[in-house]
Amino acid sequence: MGEKDILILAIESSCDETAAAVVKNGREVLSNVISSQIELHKLYGGVVPEIASRKHIEKINQVIEEALDAANVSLDDLNAVAVTYGPGLVGALLVGVAEAKAISFAKNLPLVGVHHIEGHISANYIENKDLEPPFICLVVSGGHTHLVRVRDYGEYEILGRTRDDAAGEAFDKVARAIGLGYPGGPKIDHLAKEGDPDAIAFPRGKIEGSPYDFSFSGLKSAVLNYLNGCQMKGEAVARADVAASFQKSVTDVLVEHAMMAVRESGLDKLAIAGGVASNGALRSAMEQACAENGVRFYRPSPILCTDNAAMIGAAAYYEYIKGVRHGLDLNAVPNLKLGER
Amino acid sequence: MKILALDSSGLVASVAIAEDDVLLAEYTVDYKKTHSQTLLPMLSEAAHMIELDLNTVDAIAVAGGPGSFTGLRIGSATAKGLGLALDKPLVHVPTVDALAFNLYGCSDYICPMMDARRSQVYTGIYRFEGGDFHVIAQQRPVAVAEISEELNALGGPVVFLGDGVPVYRGELERLMKVPYHFAPAHVNRQRASAVAVLAMQYVREGRIETAAEHAPDYLRPSQAERERAERLKKEQSEALS
Repeated sequence: MGEKDILILAIESSCDETAAAVVKNGREVLSNVISSQIELHKLYGGVVPEIASRKHIEKINQVIEEALDAANVSLDDLNAVAVTYGPGLVGALLVGVAEAKAISFAKNLPLVGVHHIEGHISANYIENKDLEPPFICLVVSGGHTHLVRVRDYGEYEILGRTRDDAAGEAFDKVARAIGLGYPGGPKIDHLAKEGDPDAIAFPRGKIEGSPYDFSFSGLKSAVLNYLNGCQMKGEAVARADVAASFQKSVTDVLVEHAMMAVRESGLDKLAIAGGVASNGALRSAMEQACAENGVRFYRPSPILCTDNAAMIGAAAYYEYIKGVRHGLDLNAVPNLKLGER
Repeated sequence: MKILALDSSGLVASVAIAEDDVLLAEYTVDYKKTHSQTLLPMLSEAAHMIELDLNTVDAIAVAGGPGSFTGLRIGSATAKGLGLALDKPLVHVPTVDALAFNLYGCSDYICPMMDARRSQVYTGIYRFEGGDFHVIAQQRPVAVAEISEELNALGGPVVFLGDGVPVYRGELERLMKVPYHFAPAHVNRQRASAVAVLAMQYVREGRIETAAEHAPDYLRPSQAERERAERLKKEQSEALS
């Protein structure tokens, strides 16, 4: 390891993944350990906050130890400890925050608190060594839908956001309605491959006067109404067509807004991030639109789209070299705003 | 033996460092700030004041439950992080036991009460005989009426303490038929020094755990687990009938 290399241990526990990673110089992942609780939450049809928090505390030390072992480093080799402190489930966040603070205190290591969405955006730096701000990033997950202009490392301008459901939430709700179960995203993605995306004309959500904002609740209602209509008429539901048409409606809006942001900002780079960024239809639609518009397209591997700690380590690095440090009184902030410190 | 102890199970945040029969430092706060904001700054302050070399600590003790679920996890995650970073074992001390231990040497029945919501308290019954600490009734969530009945049967006198007391004082006054009184402010809430002293006993008995395996003992399933279990039970009985 070079003398000036910066090694960061990052911890993420904002939802239902307990994760730890060791990241070198913000872009090189030495380890990335994720313990998913998804099987447990499937029993309840969604993430149960109290159960998530309980699982985090059971797993967190194993996950951190595994991350250190896999990276072949000890705590003494580190330059800093980073942790997600918001947004997310408060009880879940607190486990990672308390753990990170204790390690920081015991080893006298600087503590860097990281915004979860900033982590998702920064996941793009890991596999794209050439990607640097400014660029446009579309963050889409079960809890978030943000269209962001990344002005510089750690400097964000939110161009648009969802007014109601997050994109991933819409996937989960529609999946439940057509009997696919939880989590909905991968299941709809899979089933949609067998369906016709133009079979049913579902609406494209628009917000009057806020061209970058999103709305998915109208779409969700339209799907539910369609399903009810079929039931009343005694018609069999072509589930694959519903999945494909719903998915097309979501991706059309996401692609259209992202392309508009690229055009109007004059930037020529677009990145996607978050759990929904691993959706196959979205990836290919966005890739095609970027190619047609002469825009460079960046997307993380699926493992870096899901909640993970490597992305937190990547984001933390740029905060660390700017001198950002948090105190031992760092608290979890469940509704932390992007760009807020 | 040097113990670093934490208790954030209730409204109080408390940290202590004790070595054998000396309490080196203790810092206890009962204030509206969250434990996430208080616990580690307090520990840092206490450790700084006594120039503590954390590597000289033999074990990290924590009030492991019951208590507020979030409070317990802040204490446990802090203890687990310290244990991981310092490579030290953890000692899990039952919260209600540690509360009772505040009243060392008291000859009455000791009944700590923590407000457990849902019309229950986390409570137990304890007694000192000579210097020996006896658990008469183990800590558990129970209605005040039930624990009062047990105490009445034992014959008292009883001393009550804990954050459940102000919540259920009126009910206790109605239900108690044997002599009772309430512990004063300096000993009536969680104190990490009691956790530390009990922990020394636990270490001598080999009752330690690794930082990795430690988790709080909530004494209650989560609401979602409880409701699911009830639903499954109902479905099962309907299927049988």
